[in-house]
Amino acid sequence: MKAFTFERAKTASAAAAAAVRTPGAKFIAGGTNLLDLMKLQIETPQHLIDVNGLDLDTIAPTSDGGLRIGALVRNTDLAADARVRKDYGVLSRALVSGASGQLRNKATTAGNLLQRTRCPYFYDTTKPCNKRQPGSGCAAIGGFNRNLAVMGTSDACIATHPSDMAVAMRVLDATVETVNSAGQTRAIPIADFHRLPGTTPHIETALAPGELITAVTLPKPIGGTHIYQKVRDRASYAFALVSVAAVVQPDGRGRLAFGGLAHKPWRVEAAEAQLPKGAKATAAAVLAGARTTSQNAFKLPLIERTIHAVLEEAKA
Amino acid sequence: MNSNDGFPVSRRGVIAGGVATATLTGTPVGAQVAAPQQTPPTTMPVTLKVNGRNTLIEVDTRTTLLDALRETMKLTGTKKGCDHGQCGACTVIVEGRRINSCLTLAVMHEGDSITTIEGLGTPEKLHAMQAAFVKHDGYQCGYCTPGQICSAVATLNEIKEGIPSHATGDIAAKPKVTTAELQERMSGNICRCGAYSNIIDAIHDVAGTERMA
Ligand SMILES: Cc1cc2nc3c(=O)[nH]c(=O)nc-3n(C[C@H](O)[C@H](O)[C@H](O)COP(=O)(O)OP(=O)(O)OC[C@H]3O[C@@H](n4cnc5c(N)ncnc54)[C@H](O)[C@@H]3O)c2cc1C
Ligand code: SF4
Repeated sequence: MKAFTFERAKTASAAAAAAVRTPGAKFIAGGTNLLDLMKLQIETPQHLIDVNGLDLDTIAPTSDGGLRIGALVRNTDLAADARVRKDYGVLSRALVSGASGQLRNKATTAGNLLQRTRCPYFYDTTKPCNKRQPGSGCAAIGGFNRNLAVMGTSDACIATHPSDMAVAMRVLDATVETVNSAGQTRAIPIADFHRLPGTTPHIETALAPGELITAVTLPKPIGGTHIYQKVRDRASYAFALVSVAAVVQPDGRGRLAFGGLAHKPWRVEAAEAQLPKGAKATAAAVLAGARTTSQNAFKLPLIERTIHAVLEEAKA
Repeated sequence: MNSNDGFPVSRRGVIAGGVATATLTGTPVGAQVAAPQQTPPTTMPVTLKVNGRNTLIEVDTRTTLLDALRETMKLTGTKKGCDHGQCGACTVIVEGRRINSCLTLAVMHEGDSITTIEGLGTPEKLHAMQAAFVKHDGYQCGYCTPGQICSAVATLNEIKEGIPSHATGDIAAKPKVTTAELQERMSGNICRCGAYSNIIDAIHDVAGTERMA
């Protein structure tokens, strides 16, 4: 790990200001992704701003009947919240399908949204990777890419976003709230928060340098049956090959978002009209324009089958 | 359908498969745009309440909680396995919650209460979970055992607190101590000797519950 200086932030806007003022600064929350990457010198911040002392660790009702989840709420506490389990079950389910008990006790809401890809070449500092080293090339295209993206890819990067939580937040139409160094706040719809790789795969979100996430808000509950179906190589403690977050209404209409398909949680609202027709029609609409490799083409039939399983579970 | 099968490159050394096993020889291509000056090593004081005792230490900011426990405080019961949060050997209980001590910095824990395997029980007066691991043969080589035991103690508390898991059928209901729940909740602790089955028996014994198929 490269050496760095360290400070504990007292207020959210002071944290954002410190991040802009100090060269090479990064926030640290749970540290479960950042420290992992720092040990490998994939991330080399010169200054860490510890945000754990900020008053951003509560879940509170919003005026329009939704919930505001503080940026520092731990994944365990979010999954266990009685309101989340009752009204946003897909979010609890997605959270408990991710990582391990130990990691969820540390991982925060903001850190989870900002966790970086698990592309093997992003982790291998001896290989070209446009995300890690802009302009160096992409070792995954033509390399070992079984678990990489099939939707929204570019010639520069085919990585996926690994978060389970973010997929559930996408299906729930969450909003990310931030503050910048000038103390200005803004609200970013989750659909616009993560970016597709394009020619700049190292720029992963809509956040400006130094912008701090303060909360994620959920709109008022939409009812329905909440399901998170994660398909992986082993039954526990593994990242998704594909995942489906679903809220299905009694009349067969519903919403679907997907993990393991793209550089961001994937959702095609227009495809949801196909749901009453079944998995085949829905999958075809979701996967239109897919770009696969010989190794990851299996994700297309797997998505159709997973949608089928979700629809069967919703009927049961 | 288009294809992403581009120019084939060597797959040598690409077994990492999303886990953190990259080699670190030579200059890392990945070092982000190097700043003109590298920050010199910096130390900071931090007070940790380890096994009930306040201890002030001075550490390099890079010191993980794991290294502070083992190297600075010489509490070597907590083990270093993968050092990347994947194996669970470094599990300790911080402010009542189990965490991977390898993926957190000592300086992030000013004033925190930390329980390690040394604080759970002693050879003369074993914690109930330690005694149950002995009784059920919940180990072979013993390397993962301190982490397994800290994790097991915290797991039973998490179930008691009503925290759900992936194995919880009705996510809104209070979870119970079942074999499926214990297996899922303990999945962050790897045991290369494969003592899993006996570990589950030991935890059931402490919880006063029975193994289910
Ligand atoms: C072995 C292992 C298995 C895992 N398995 C899964 C899995 O199956 N599914 C899954 O979804 N995840 C998984 N994870 C990833 C885990 O969920 C993330 O590491 C965690 O959610 C990151 O949260 P954190 O608070 O620790 O983030 P940190 O490591 O503290 O930070 C991550 C990033 O977010 C930035 N940041 C943090 N807080 C803020 C803020 N408030 N505003 C702006 N920027 C901020 C940091 O600067 C950093 O760049 C796994 C991790 C490990 C190590
Ligand atoms: S897919 Fe993206 S993250 Fe993976 S090697 Fe290519 S550029 Fe890097």
